[in-house]
Amino acid sequence: MRSAGVEVEGLVKRFGSFAAVDDVSFAVEPGELFGFLGPNGAGKTTTISILCTLVELTEGTARVAGFDVVHDRSAVRESIGLVFQEVTLDDYLTGAENLRFHAVLYGVPPSEVKDRCRPLLDMVGLTERADQQVRFYSGGMKRRLEIARGLLHEPRVLFLDEPTIGLDPQTRKHIWDYVDTLRAREDTTMFLTTHYMDEAERCDRIAIIDHGQIVAIDTPDALKASIGSDTVTVATSDDAAAAQALAKGFDLAVETTEDGVRFRVPDGEGFVPQMFEHLALGVRSVNVRRPSLDDVFMEYTGHDLRDADAGIADQFKNNAMVRGFRRS
Amino acid sequence: MADAVLPARMPATAPLGVRREGRLIRNVRAVWMVWIRDLIRLKRTPTRIVTGIAQPLLFLFVLGAGLEHLIGSQRAGGVNYQQYLFPGILAMSVLTSALFSSIAIVWDREFGFMREMLVAPVSRSSLVLGKALGGGSVAVVQGIILVIAAPLVGVDVTVGSFFAMLGFLLLLAFALVGFGIVIASRMQRMESFQMVMALVLQPMIFLSGAIFPLVALPQWLGVVTRLNPATYGIDAIRRVLLPHIAPLTILSWTVPLWADALITFAFGALMLALAVRLFATAE
Ligand SMILES: Nc1ncnc2c1ncn2[C@@H]1O[C@H](COP(=O)(O)OP(=O)(O)OP(=O)(O)O)[C@@H](O)[C@H]1O
Ligand SMILES: [Mg+2]
Repeated sequence: MRSAGVEVEGLVKRFGSFAAVDDVSFAVEPGELFGFLGPNGAGKTTTISILCTLVELTEGTARVAGFDVVHDRSAVRESIGLVFQEVTLDDYLTGAENLRFHAVLYGVPPSEVKDRCRPLLDMVGLTERADQQVRFYSGGMKRRLEIARGLLHEPRVLFLDEPTIGLDPQTRKHIWDYVDTLRAREDTTMFLTTHYMDEAERCDRIAIIDHGQIVAIDTPDALKASIGSDTVTVATSDDAAAAQALAKGFDLAVETTEDGVRFRVPDGEGFVPQMFEHLALGVRSVNVRRPSLDDVFMEYTGHDLRDADAGIADQFKNNAMVRGFRRS
Repeated sequence: MADAVLPARMPATAPLGVRREGRLIRNVRAVWMVWIRDLIRLKRTPTRIVTGIAQPLLFLFVLGAGLEHLIGSQRAGGVNYQQYLFPGILAMSVLTSALFSSIAIVWDREFGFMREMLVAPVSRSSLVLGKALGGGSVAVVQGIILVIAAPLVGVDVTVGSFFAMLGFLLLLAFALVGFGIVIASRMQRMESFQMVMALVLQPMIFLSGAIFPLVALPQWLGVVTRLNPATYGIDAIRRVLLPHIAPLTILSWTVPLWADALITFAFGALMLALAVRLFATAE
């Protein structure tokens, strides 16, 4: 059997003189859950669009499931599924009709279409609304239908471009349970972009991409370990004095926040006793946090992931507004 | 039953791995599905049909009645002007509707559904063919509804002439849908599409013999009307509905019916082929 992985080498995509994807190389193993983490405009969607044959690459090579995305487009299309970042449903069709359209185009035999749609509609909680036109759906419902549609034909390589953005935690959990089952049963290769930490943590490996370039690529644990420092937050009776004492006494870069004084040290738990010896102040609370992917993201890109997330949520809303407006 | 031991509500998992149909079946079904989608959308926006029919009727009864006495039957090739106009507005309705049906493509691109279709494992020609059938059938349905007005203006429709007319309507619709898709594939925005369409459609109708007979025209007008591909489809429809009318001529050559059909068909085939090519790179 052919490899169901993804291989990308020296991938460049320019829009005019601007390089949206700038010399990117990576490989996704068959059956792997691979995550793309990056701020807005980093080039995530552009990369996915190239891999899915929707956008032509400028330089480099890319193979999906063993097929070249330039020379073997139809073979690539037969191997993949894609949940788009933006809504791509037909508003005048019902939820069920949207699914059927997809099923037929992907060659699901007509006799099986209903049986396949039912559990998916169940999963995203749209069974009752399935026969209503999509234009009457809420934004989250559209998103859920979109995901159900992407999972419908069970491709060998599935691309998920920020699939669960704007969904409530319970729905996200349902979707991830389904995805896990699918992966266990079909060994589906998955390529995910996300802004949610817990989803990034699920990935076998993560690539952090910024300004069109991959700045780090590894397992979540290894990435966190690579930062090599814990974050300590200590609240005292006089934070300003504590900050000064810590900065002087241990030569630390400290930051005063509303939760207390915050700084990073290689071994947080070992540091706390030393700190107590040194500080002649009333300590109200101490918090030691192992590095999170947030910190990793910050370390490699210089942006806070949550800022990026807020940005995209706004963008999502604006999009919905523009669409709604144009439609009327 | 063995199933009884399973929990009442199955876990949210689809039945075993997906069986996929072969390429040919998949493509044939895709054509059908894209076509059906257009019909479903039409059913849900019925006002489109109403406007598509109201305008031609206005032309027929207002313009027709108003010009009846100015254009004698001599000029209209042996019939009165309203009779002459009837096949013209039939074709005009089909022309407008077919050409404008491709607006759905611009629409789909703007609202993202195009990407859903383009990433699917079906050939671009299936998508274009489905679109052509969708636009074509909407246009032809309008044409058929308009035939009801035939007795009111003294055009006798027989079973034979009805089906002959239907054939030519289909041919004309196909050709124009293809032309529409070619234009739509090049348009990124709704506004520019509508502008280009208006610029194309009106000359195409005015210069086709739909509204006035193509006889004794200034020379340049005579040439332009014969270069207009729609002229031939309209001539054919008129001849099957009005058997005694004077046929289209080029210089002194009387264009036979089969040539009308051939020219319309050739134009349509060319446009559809071009549409497939352009559609492939439409994103
Ligand atoms: N068709 C286009 N023409 C010009 N520039 C484009 C086009 N598509 C994308 N870009 C630019 O390429 C860059 C990368 O865009 P891309 O959509 O890949 O980002 P992203 O990582 O998916 O961001 P987000 O998190 O906001 O979805 C952006 O600066 C964007 O403006
Ligand atoms: Mg994106």
